[in-house]
Amino acid sequence: MTYAGAAVAGLAKAMDEDASVVALGEDIGRGGIFGQYRGLLERFGERRVIDTPISEATIVGAAVGMALTGLKPVVEMRVIDFAMCAMDEIVNQAAKNRFMFGGQGRVPAVIRMPNGIWSSSAAQHSQSLEAWFAHVPGLVVLAPATPQDNHSLLRAALACGDPVAYFEHKELWPLEGEVDGSLDVPIGKARRVREGGDLTIVSWSKAVHWSAEAAELLAAEGIGVDLIDLRTIWPWDRDAVLESAARTGRVLIAHEAIQVAGFGAEIAATLAEESGARVARCGGLRIPVGYSPGLEAQARLTPQAIAQRARELLDRG
Amino acid sequence: MCRIRAFEDAAEEASRGGVAAFGQAAGGSAQVRGPLHLSTGQEAVPAGVCAHLTPADWLTSTHRGHGHTLAKGASLEGMMHELFGKATGFCGGKGGSMHIADFSVGMLGANGVVAAGIPIAVGAAHSMAIQGRDAIAVTFFGDGALNRGPLAEALNWAAAFRLPVLFVCEDNQWSATTKTAAMSAGEGAAARAVGYGVPAVAVDGMDVVAVWQAAGELVQEIRAGHGPRLLHAKTYRFKGHVSVDPAAYRDPAELAAAMQGDPIARAREPLRAAGVPDADIDAVMREARQEVAAAVATADAAPWPDASAAFEDIQDTGSGRWRS
Ligand SMILES: Cc1ncc(C[n+]2csc(CCOP(=O)(O)OP(=O)(O)O)c2C)c(N)n1
Repeated sequence: MTYAGAAVAGLAKAMDEDASVVALGEDIGRGGIFGQYRGLLERFGERRVIDTPISEATIVGAAVGMALTGLKPVVEMRVIDFAMCAMDEIVNQAAKNRFMFGGQGRVPAVIRMPNGIWSSSAAQHSQSLEAWFAHVPGLVVLAPATPQDNHSLLRAALACGDPVAYFEHKELWPLEGEVDGSLDVPIGKARRVREGGDLTIVSWSKAVHWSAEAAELLAAEGIGVDLIDLRTIWPWDRDAVLESAARTGRVLIAHEAIQVAGFGAEIAATLAEESGARVARCGGLRIPVGYSPGLEAQARLTPQAIAQRARELLDRG
Repeated sequence: MCRIRAFEDAAEEASRGGVAAFGQAAGGSAQVRGPLHLSTGQEAVPAGVCAHLTPADWLTSTHRGHGHTLAKGASLEGMMHELFGKATGFCGGKGGSMHIADFSVGMLGANGVVAAGIPIAVGAAHSMAIQGRDAIAVTFFGDGALNRGPLAEALNWAAAFRLPVLFVCEDNQWSATTKTAAMSAGEGAAARAVGYGVPAVAVDGMDVVAVWQAAGELVQEIRAGHGPRLLHAKTYRFKGHVSVDPAAYRDPAELAAAMQGDPIARAREPLRAAGVPDADIDAVMREARQEVAAAVATADAAPWPDASAAFEDIQDTGSGRWRS
């Protein structure tokens, strides 16, 4: 099953189980621009699968109103870059509602914001902004890297009762993988992708796949990588990262987002405070993503770059 | 109207020294702190509109939301306690004046962000349509909100989905210290609504009977399934933007003229004409002031929120942790 198909199946299952789950967003009646809603309109009708105007602020604002009055909305932002048009609704309204009003209301909404570089789409369709949302109290932040996780975490997101910033990757939609529909993936638990004793790599979303390739390159050199896919950015699995750090003594954090003020900085700081591990980061340069293939490539992380950063970390002793 | 006036007079009194703005320093001794936006002079709008609502209907409001909240039926005491920041306030002291809400009467919250309540009300109305429930939603916003995108989006959305929602523009002519007309192109609230196919009615917002009648007709049409409507109520705020604002930017003659039309004084005329004795009318305000005085007394005596409350009701999944 593909990453996109896994999301459709997970959402359909949630909609079957709970009549209060609705989906709203631009073009979702036709399946969504990545096919991540395919077939849902036919199955659940236009009351529950709502094609909306191009009105990002109101898509999220209306979802807040829906959530406060008995529904569980799944909100489509098309690509994260357009969620900028709904930042007040996400940050000031959805995330703060429960607290500000003393727990009178809750906003069980899942806001799907496809993240990351989308090839040849340039600076306004290629951002990785998960750190912005991790910074906001009230939000849960998820970033599945596999079809299984996209299926299971989407359902976990709907079940958790909190507003969730949900980041699928724009280039992972066609990724194939096994999906066990009955498997629950808890929020806040990382996944160990491979085990090794020389170095830990912590990653998420598409960068997990580059990190796995980097681990192969390093394995050929006799270096064992413990690769952790965080899956949840908030609340992130500190225990898994600290446990691995204690074993390997060296941690590389690899993410597609710009390295400066990225979420990797939070992990690195935590490791500095709470472990003796040596830490390095490997993230995007602080440049907008360019259109031309050569320019776009400058903004992309690669397995080679991750492997190189890992060797440098090991060389530090 | 009298309860709103009495509530805000007392809140203003309790807020002296409690906010730093407009060149004034904040003192530490105020009972009500932070920006306090009074709706003095505008009471006829919430009173006239909310008279047509039931607790099952939904309401979203603005930073100037005391009147809307009271008119929707929220307890005056719970509101005063919230303004005092006490654990016994509606929001446990987490919201204050700008974030007051009483979900038990369908009041989904004041809002510190101009125009932000509008899409939320549209969502509540959409939710009623999806769930096949009869309730409607009402959203109040100021004339300054006319120039923010969420209003335009929400008008279009409500019309496109034919939702049961009443938009109420409370036009007091000022946005903070700026005359709104100088910043707003076109003919204003009603014209913009009509541009989206939303029928709109303008009314003298200082006349509670006129507001009540106009709102009543619009609410009836909305309940009958005819889709969204907009009420443009022309009103005036007698006080500054926030309680400490002396409104020195405003021509005193403009204020004096507006005060001639004080909605509470004006409401006496139809009552007198209907044979209600003056003493009965006076008693309404007197009783409101007594009720407010009692709320102030209990609010003052009420406990502060426990420090641990700062960590509650944030999120269940990965909430903030107590510092050790
Ligand atoms: C998005 C946003 N911008 C600016 C402000 C600051 N602000 C608070 S109230 C206000 C004036 C609003 O005017 P209007 O909508 O006419 O309401 P009124 O205060 O007159 O009731 C401004 C600019 C804000 N709260 N939110």
